[in-house]
Amino acid sequence: MSEYRLEMRGVVKTFPGVKALDHAQLNLRPGTVHALMGENGAGKSTLMKCMFGIYHMDEGEVIYEGEKVQIKGPLDALNRGIAMVHQELQPIPERSIGENIYVGRYPTKKYGPVTVIDHGKMYEDAAAVLKEVHLNFDPRAKLGSLSVSQMQLVEIAKAVSADCKVLILDEPTSSLTAAEVEALFTIVNELRQKGVSIVYISHKMDEILRISDEVTIMRDGQYIGTWDAKGLTTDFIITKMVGRELSNLFPKRENVPGEVVFEVEDFTSINPKSFRHASFNVRRGEILGVAGLVGAQRTELMEGLFGLRSHTAGKITYQGKELKINQPKDAINNGIAMLTEDRRATGILGVLSIADNVSIASLNQYLVGGIMLDDGKIEQLVQDNVAKLSIKTPSSKTQIQSLSGGNQQKVLISRWLANDPDVFILDEPTRGIDVGAKYEIYCIIAELAKQGKSVIMISSEMSELIGMSDRVMVMCDGRVTGFIDGAEANQENIMALATQFE
Amino acid sequence: MGETKKRTMSPDAKGVLKFVSDHAIIFLIILLAIITWANSQNFISPDNLGNLISNVAPRFIIACGVSGCLITKGTDLSAGRQVGLAACFAAMMQQELTYSARVFDWMPDMPWIASLLITVAIMACFGAINGCVIAFLKVPPFIATLGMQTLVYGICQIITGNQPIGGFKESYRALASGNFLSNVLGRYSRLLPYLLLPALLVGLFMWFLYNKTRHGKYMYAIGGNENAAQVAGVNVPATLIRIYILASVMYALAGFLIGSKAGGASTATGTGYELEAIAACTIGGVSVNGGVGKVSGILIGVLVFEVLKICLQFLRFDPAYTFIAQGLVIIVAVALDLRKYLAKK
Repeated sequence: MSEYRLEMRGVVKTFPGVKALDHAQLNLRPGTVHALMGENGAGKSTLMKCMFGIYHMDEGEVIYEGEKVQIKGPLDALNRGIAMVHQELQPIPERSIGENIYVGRYPTKKYGPVTVIDHGKMYEDAAAVLKEVHLNFDPRAKLGSLSVSQMQLVEIAKAVSADCKVLILDEPTSSLTAAEVEALFTIVNELRQKGVSIVYISHKMDEILRISDEVTIMRDGQYIGTWDAKGLTTDFIITKMVGRELSNLFPKRENVPGEVVFEVEDFTSINPKSFRHASFNVRRGEILGVAGLVGAQRTELMEGLFGLRSHTAGKITYQGKELKINQPKDAINNGIAMLTEDRRATGILGVLSIADNVSIASLNQYLVGGIMLDDGKIEQLVQDNVAKLSIKTPSSKTQIQSLSGGNQQKVLISRWLANDPDVFILDEPTRGIDVGAKYEIYCIIAELAKQGKSVIMISSEMSELIGMSDRVMVMCDGRVTGFIDGAEANQENIMALATQFE
Repeated sequence: MGETKKRTMSPDAKGVLKFVSDHAIIFLIILLAIITWANSQNFISPDNLGNLISNVAPRFIIACGVSGCLITKGTDLSAGRQVGLAACFAAMMQQELTYSARVFDWMPDMPWIASLLITVAIMACFGAINGCVIAFLKVPPFIATLGMQTLVYGICQIITGNQPIGGFKESYRALASGNFLSNVLGRYSRLLPYLLLPALLVGLFMWFLYNKTRHGKYMYAIGGNENAAQVAGVNVPATLIRIYILASVMYALAGFLIGSKAGGASTATGTGYELEAIAACTIGGVSVNGGVGKVSGILIGVLVFEVLKICLQFLRFDPAYTFIAQGLVIIVAVALDLRKYLAKK
């Protein structure tokens, strides 16, 4: 038997228009954590979906425990001991935790000729599995009663319950809090000691360097190399991922914060558990970073300011003028723009063209005779933005959903730029965007501030907050707990304020 | 290896093949029409084609109405019953003054245009109710319009007293039975029925609305992603209400024309038209996933359906088989539509 538990060799997978995998490979040793890294679109998830049988590869082979195998589908993979926790969860919130763990492979018992689901055994087994991964949930509770991050842990319990030999974790920590990440790492370590091979996909360098034994890097669907994790540096990994040197992660900022223009006083949600008594201000040409843990209600506060959520008290002023905001339209008319956190859920109009996506918030500007839209003017706007923000798209008629995350984000920024807003709220502007495109987004943000716009940027990436903000506002549990000057901000003082629970 | 594969089929041939497979239903219907033509020369007679156009016209108007609901991921199951109620209203206002069973015997004589406008105004109220229930009460469109369907049927039974309405004025009947240029073209004028005009105007109006106005863009945006549209400042409730009102206006117009064409109206008028309209939209590429749909596609969808019906009639199939064929076409069309999305996976 070879030294590897699972080998993928020369994997090719083509989608209409793109070669997603171009002779990719992966060699997994037993009892190791193997990090799979690469920019978005490098083919990591595609390769894993080939391993898990969701996709069928065009070329290439899988050798599992010394034997060449063909994985026909997810069920086949599970039966062979390969389990996967998906990047995007597919929970059934209205059913119990136990059912979610055993969906599709329920334990059964027989009453004569009739086979029925053995609920007793299912919940007993589920309780044991949950205990194994240190989760203290009642398996009979509805899955929907858990938070998103707890659901993610249940998903991991589900993979563990399959008694797997290979476990694929595709961005497992994207919605976990720091404490939950620790809990996850404990589980991962225990599984490793049991001899499970774990493929770990993540964008978070510190996690990778901490947990993994080996690192495989991919770029543009190709295999770049595999290294021992010990001794690897963040710079080395990024250079390999991007394929060029990144002299600096953040652009030089030339904005000069001016006078205070945007003020929020005592802003309180209609929901007592959400944001309350939030007061802050933003200067002209300033980038205000907003830090906090998951659940700090940062997004909720910003959505409240933008009119997406109701508030009971509070005052918003721009240049001394009080703004009445009850719906997004009011915010937009008052010169506020908001890039939402979940691009796919509340940002892009997926099946519509780039042109429609750019122009939707500013259609009033292109009317001829008050009724008809001037297509020429809209096309001009789109072309200007495509050039200005260097959006990579075949044409303005391309569906936005076929673009990469970074380019989608640029299209959404264009949408707001068309309105020439004064206040720009950015909620996790670089989430799910690859390293190269991130830098471009940072440049755009810096340019906005330089033009004198007030920028509010929520981010969960410490480096981004510290690297981009003139000032950092920290929230904890619905309250604003403090402000730190950008030059003095560091992980410690931010975390201290972010954990200031009452 | 990949290269040899590519050589066997040029990109052009591949494109043509893809085009044919993406529009399989349409090509099948064209083939069916050719077969029918080969069997019976009468198939392309002015009479028959004129008849086809007269059948397509009101159905196209109804389909245009329901298309907005479908594009925004909704539906309107009350379409057929609303058409029936509109036909009954119009009929009651256009009965001969001397007709013995005149329902509203107190009503003065009025020109057809006045009764059309009154019908439109009444039906628009039902559309507004549909729209408000969906936009504000957040009742799923399927349920909201299912309720409205039953409700409208009840109203229709009450106002007609469950009696068929006949005895129309000649001026009303002529609207749907006459042809343009009948003096000049003789029997070929059958190809230009009066009904062609309202359908054409509706088609142009809808095309303009969907492609050149804010309302159209907002409609596609809501269908593409309602939450994102809201964030972008689209007034989602107002747009939805406008869509359902416009739909009802279209049903009113269609009902008015159908009453005229049939020469009578009853509670049974319009039964099942909502399903035909929804099916036609789907065949014409209005995606069940929302955000996608063109007026030209809707026209093609209606044509496909009506050509299918006429062909089977010409080929002397029992009407029962026509239903089976229609059902199959609906399922296959949606399956093919979804396949386009699945292929991307």
